[in-house]
Amino acid sequence: MQDRRGYKGSSLKFLTKENLSTGDLLSIRKGSTEYVGSLLPRYEYADENYITIKLLNGYNIGVRVSNIESVSKLSDGTKPLFARPTLPTIDSSLPRIVVMGTGGTIASRIDYKTGAVHPAFSAEDIYAIIPEISTYAQIDTAAVLNYDSENIATREWSIIAEAIADKISGGADGIVVSHGTDTIAYTAAALSFALNGSPVPVILVGSQRSTDRPSSDAALNMIAAVLVASRPEFSGVYLAMHSSSNDDSVSIHLGTKVRKNHTSRRDAFESINIPPVAYVRRGEIRHLGIPNEAKAKRFALRMSFEEKVALLKFHPGFDPGLIDYLRERGYKGLVLEGTGLGHVSSKCYEPIKGAIQSGILVGMTSQCIWGRVRMTVYSTGRDLMNLGVIPLEDMLPETAQVKMMWALKNSQDLDEAKNIMTTNIAGELVERSPIDRRQS
Amino acid sequence: MTTTTFEPEDLGLKVGLEVHQQLATHKKLFCGCRMSEKSGLQSEIKRQLRSTQSELGRTDDAALFESKLARTILYKVDASSACLVEIDEEPPHDLNQEALEIAFSIVLLLKSKPVDELHVMRKIVIDGSNTTGFQRTVVLALGGELKVGSRVVPVQAISLEEDAARIVGKSADESIYSLDRVCTPLIEVALAPVTCPFSEIATIAVTLGQLMRSTRKVARGLGTVRQDVNVSIRNGNVIEVKGVQKLDLLPKIVEFEGMRQSGMLMVAQELQKRGLDAKRVAIEVVDLTALFDRTTSPVLRGNLDSKGSVFGARLEGFKGILGYEPFDGIRLGSELADIARSHGYLGMFHSDELPAYGISEAEVSSVKSKLSTGDNDAFILLVGVDQDPKTTASFLENRIRDAYNGAPAETRSPTEDGKTRFSRPRPGAARMYPETDIFPIPVQDEFLAKIKDSLPPSYSSQIDTYISKYHLSPKLAKQVFDSDRQRLFDEIATASKVAGSVVATALTETMVSLERDGRDTSRINDDHLRRLFEVLGEGRIAKEAIPDILKVIAEGEANSTDKAIQALSLSRLGSTDLEEIIQKTVEENHDELTKHGKDSFGPLMGKVMVKVRGKADGKEVSSVLKKIIGELLNSSRS
Repeated sequence: MQDRRGYKGSSLKFLTKENLSTGDLLSIRKGSTEYVGSLLPRYEYADENYITIKLLNGYNIGVRVSNIESVSKLSDGTKPLFARPTLPTIDSSLPRIVVMGTGGTIASRIDYKTGAVHPAFSAEDIYAIIPEISTYAQIDTAAVLNYDSENIATREWSIIAEAIADKISGGADGIVVSHGTDTIAYTAAALSFALNGSPVPVILVGSQRSTDRPSSDAALNMIAAVLVASRPEFSGVYLAMHSSSNDDSVSIHLGTKVRKNHTSRRDAFESINIPPVAYVRRGEIRHLGIPNEAKAKRFALRMSFEEKVALLKFHPGFDPGLIDYLRERGYKGLVLEGTGLGHVSSKCYEPIKGAIQSGILVGMTSQCIWGRVRMTVYSTGRDLMNLGVIPLEDMLPETAQVKMMWALKNSQDLDEAKNIMTTNIAGELVERSPIDRRQS
Repeated sequence: MTTTTFEPEDLGLKVGLEVHQQLATHKKLFCGCRMSEKSGLQSEIKRQLRSTQSELGRTDDAALFESKLARTILYKVDASSACLVEIDEEPPHDLNQEALEIAFSIVLLLKSKPVDELHVMRKIVIDGSNTTGFQRTVVLALGGELKVGSRVVPVQAISLEEDAARIVGKSADESIYSLDRVCTPLIEVALAPVTCPFSEIATIAVTLGQLMRSTRKVARGLGTVRQDVNVSIRNGNVIEVKGVQKLDLLPKIVEFEGMRQSGMLMVAQELQKRGLDAKRVAIEVVDLTALFDRTTSPVLRGNLDSKGSVFGARLEGFKGILGYEPFDGIRLGSELADIARSHGYLGMFHSDELPAYGISEAEVSSVKSKLSTGDNDAFILLVGVDQDPKTTASFLENRIRDAYNGAPAETRSPTEDGKTRFSRPRPGAARMYPETDIFPIPVQDEFLAKIKDSLPPSYSSQIDTYISKYHLSPKLAKQVFDSDRQRLFDEIATASKVAGSVVATALTETMVSLERDGRDTSRINDDHLRRLFEVLGEGRIAKEAIPDILKVIAEGEANSTDKAIQALSLSRLGSTDLEEIIQKTVEENHDELTKHGKDSFGPLMGKVMVKVRGKADGKEVSSVLKKIIGELLNSSRS
């Protein structure tokens, strides 16, 4: 079978005519120039009039098909393939940790389809390239999903939660979930509710620099995640990511209180409205304390989520008709990201009233990210509360959306769902706001 | 032991130069940072790097070697010259178009053939010199030629890459780098290997340098250009000597490499003659620290006092091999010692050179018996601190196996005295991985046509222009053209009434002599110089005052040209004042005048100049003095 991945149009026609496939070692003549190198797969979105060649010195170049005077195949080449190093030996007296792969940067490699990095490693691959994790635990790996994190939603949360529940009942001492960072905080919140009161640590981990780079943050994050997963005091759902730009400290964040606050930095993740619960530095854990709100008394598995919940950001010029539209589309819940202490324009009053009257749950969070919603301070807030909008205190907008998805699916009626929204379940609602916004 | 002189042809010696030249772009290669901006705000970032595989699934030997020596890397960051891109916290921005234009004009000047589409690659380098663990590089063109006198040196490839970080410190477990120059655009021109007289090697580099400078858009000054040199001999591997800064060292380094490589071939012959099997080479390290408890050897004593160890290993059948010295200083033993040092050891001793260095006969015997060394065997002693002597042993083992084929392909670094030292295995094609963050860039015909239309005149014709337009000597013309103040010279010489030679001298020779005297010329900025020639052009100071004014600024005593002039109380003397001073000086030295007559002009001129230097023009002084002397002599005769 000829492999011409990514090629189309004139380049595909050329390769087909010359009967060439990726990996073939070629001699290409173009004027007085001869290129000797092997044919590589092509990025799907790249210009279709070129073929990609890896020269013998390792450099890649593109050759315009219309410039090629002649081509000859010198030999069949080697196909690109990731060679897995040998797995480390396992100490059977150590805690048993399951490392689950769901895709994302921590497990990604070049994708010739698009030329960008794409998930390609299984959790086993991660284990093989970060053998240090065998110091803290004996590892079992499980590939649950292989999705970029933007493709993970309610259905996938349930799949991941069920896989974890399965491993917990199978006797795992801890779970590590590798996940793409874009939506890892949503998944952390989802698992916090779905696996509420988990008897073992469930640690989500990601990386901001992919593992195909020597500077990847994946290894340090993963090592810390495994270490924390092996400690029963971290029973519950947490996220482990770099504390700073340095490769020396990993922060452990509570699953319902963490947010991605930077597009690219290693320390993009921050605990919001509470400090991280711990730091891991050179194999040592420094505890800052887990809030009482995050300590559930019993393990309750409620692993399904309502899809029809929207997170809606209010902004100047916001079209109130959007709320009507969501009602007409059959939405069951609506989390507003209001301004300041929890406000939207008075033009939204009518649509909100209509939504609530038709049985939609409407909650209010703040687009300020940091801080608490207080809807009693200004008349707008009071008006909205009067309409039945639920103030969601210091809950993160994303966490509030996930919680509402969960509350609506795991309650008998709207009153119960409303009650769940205002009752702390997994540390998402914390009564005390700390004085320091960012504690280190 | 023999010292030898030989010609390159005798050995089939080939030299391939790779010249790396910084481009004078406004911004860095993949971000919006400007170069050479300094706020002095220093922050630090600590990182660690791990080896990875190429997209073909291979791991590069050089990268593997570096990862085994894994250490913490400390980056010193200046927030004004680096952003998140340099510290690997933000994906690269688009490739700098200005850099591409400059680089392609060099491509066309060298008649190299542009590739159709550019693919930015990551060259894995995990010694910490790049925060990412790789250097971004893109091949622009293949082939071409450089004319050096009557010789034509073929060009292999031309690429554009980002400069690496500058190492500023190193300890056993930490390397310290400064990020100031990191990501600066560099053009790399790789010339094909040629056989030529040693003396010509530097000329090739000089000619290439001149061709690049003819664009007037490459950086000048210390550290802006670096040479790597690939050296091989007949039947031998290619050895890369990286980072030769001084051109005059090039021939010496190449000659040394030729000698070393042919010496290593002789070692290989010796090994074969003895019938020693490469496959059976085995180094099993034994901790011998206890044997040296009471040693009086200064090296061992110092090592033990700082909690170091002594590891030993036997080499079966190797007696006489490690110390065999086909040429002066060329021994397999010293090659192995280099490897040991690269793994953090203080040093390595071997049985062919012992007893020596304070290691006694008795200690040698006890080592021999502990390692069960037979009459035909050799042993090595590794001295230092090592957490992982087994890994070091495997590297030494590999090096000995390599010795059966002469000098192994590796990267070496130059020493101050024109020799070379092992630095790491030679990186291969497996260190290349595509830069997935940047899309391939087609090289459009219109782009190349535009570059072709604006190619600069040749270096020599630009020098000729300098000579004729500004009346410079050929030497001064080259000096100022090659200097990092060439652009400033053009600006001042075009705008100012001051003679071009005066400007050129001030910007080159005067600066160099100030530096030579230990003055900090970095305090002198372009505005100081612009103002200096403005004032000179207005006739308010004399050109003789230039060195003194610049000295005052360089010493930090004045922060502007005007203040420096004030501080020196320099302002041009009016002609009456000047005549008065000369008159007075002549009167004071009346005896001299009566004694020597006209011949006293020279000494008197000197005495006047001491008083008026910088305040009067030498020509004017001379004519006034001549007039006064003439008058006096005439009057005394009459």
